[in-house]
Amino acid sequence: MAARHEQLVEDLAGRLAPVRPLPRPGLRAAAWLGAALLLGAVLAMRFAAVGMEGQAPADFQLAMVGALLTAIAAAYAAFVTSVPGRPVGWALLPLPPAALWLGASGLGCLRAWVSPIPDLHGEHEAVGCLGFLVCVSIPLSLLIVAMLRRACPLRPNLTAALAGLAVAAAAATLLAPFHPHDTALVDIFTHAVVVAGVIGVNVLAGGRLLTRG
Amino acid sequence: MALEGELAAMMAAAQRGDAAAYRALLKACLPVVAGIARAQGVRGEAVDDVVQDTLMTVHAARASYDPARPFLPWLGAITRRRAIDRLRRAGRRPVEVHDPLAFEAEADPGPAPGAHLETRERGAALARAVAALPEGQRQAVEHLGLRELSLEETAALTGRTKGALKVNLHRAIKALRASLTREGE
Repeated sequence: MAARHEQLVEDLAGRLAPVRPLPRPGLRAAAWLGAALLLGAVLAMRFAAVGMEGQAPADFQLAMVGALLTAIAAAYAAFVTSVPGRPVGWALLPLPPAALWLGASGLGCLRAWVSPIPDLHGEHEAVGCLGFLVCVSIPLSLLIVAMLRRACPLRPNLTAALAGLAVAAAAATLLAPFHPHDTALVDIFTHAVVVAGVIGVNVLAGGRLLTRG
Repeated sequence: MALEGELAAMMAAAQRGDAAAYRALLKACLPVVAGIARAQGVRGEAVDDVVQDTLMTVHAARASYDPARPFLPWLGAITRRRAIDRLRRAGRRPVEVHDPLAFEAEADPGPAPGAHLETRERGAALARAVAALPEGQRQAVEHLGLRELSLEETAALTGRTKGALKVNLHRAIKALRASLTREGE
């Protein structure tokens, strides 16, 4: 048995090539968030901002702050859990901001239900939002999975779920300037489906992509 | 913690491409990895498989080690994950002993409980019965039956003719059958 290990050690030492240690998880998360911001800027140039009339309701602002914090926390947690030996408790970091995001969105939905404002935006708005979310989510997912693969995620499904949450939250944050302030039930339902879908696809595909032999 | 510092320094050198430091590092890791695998409940040859898996992962993931942080937690996390993977794979493979039908259909090749006592008792009864035979018959049984000598050898030993020996053996077996059957009842 010892001979088998000696052989492997010789093989690996013979194949050794210099590598640059990966930057810290915080830096890598910041790089990914920067790329997301860049994507948002490009989209801002393409789409004219709509629905900016007047001050946005407090709960909408709160929801957006929650989504932004969720994106930051989930991205950081995903990069931390991709490094062996880091405490897995970091995975809980995005839960409080996610609760804020979902809670505030639910509140906005309730407000719209209690005191409806005449809906100026038609059905096509919801479809547009769905397209926007998917268009933003796909490149961001591909980027974060490619970045995470360079590390060694020992819990691929957990890391992939955090990556999915980061992508969904970032997409929701980027959507905010182009989105009417009123959160109708259809909207929040669409958002929830997209968020769940992005996380699910990331776990299914990303979990496999992140598995190291 | 001297080991920790040494390993971290060797790993940092390996990241820069120092093959000698890398070789020394991996060799120093072997007992550490095997120990962690055993602590996770891996047994026997599977420990060596975990060592192999872990070394491969260490090689593939060596860029993910941060030289500013301790090395052993990094190695330990990889080892524990590989040990769990190995245990899960072993758990999925059916083990025959855990199959109730296979367990019950398999006869125990060893002696039954108490078989030894029974053998000794029957030996003692046979010895008593043989000792009770007349001289000629006893010699015939002892030499021909128990020691399995030939008629010629027994004739030479006892000075009796082959014919007399055959008659004696025949009578002795008849007498023994009678006495042992009576005793067994």
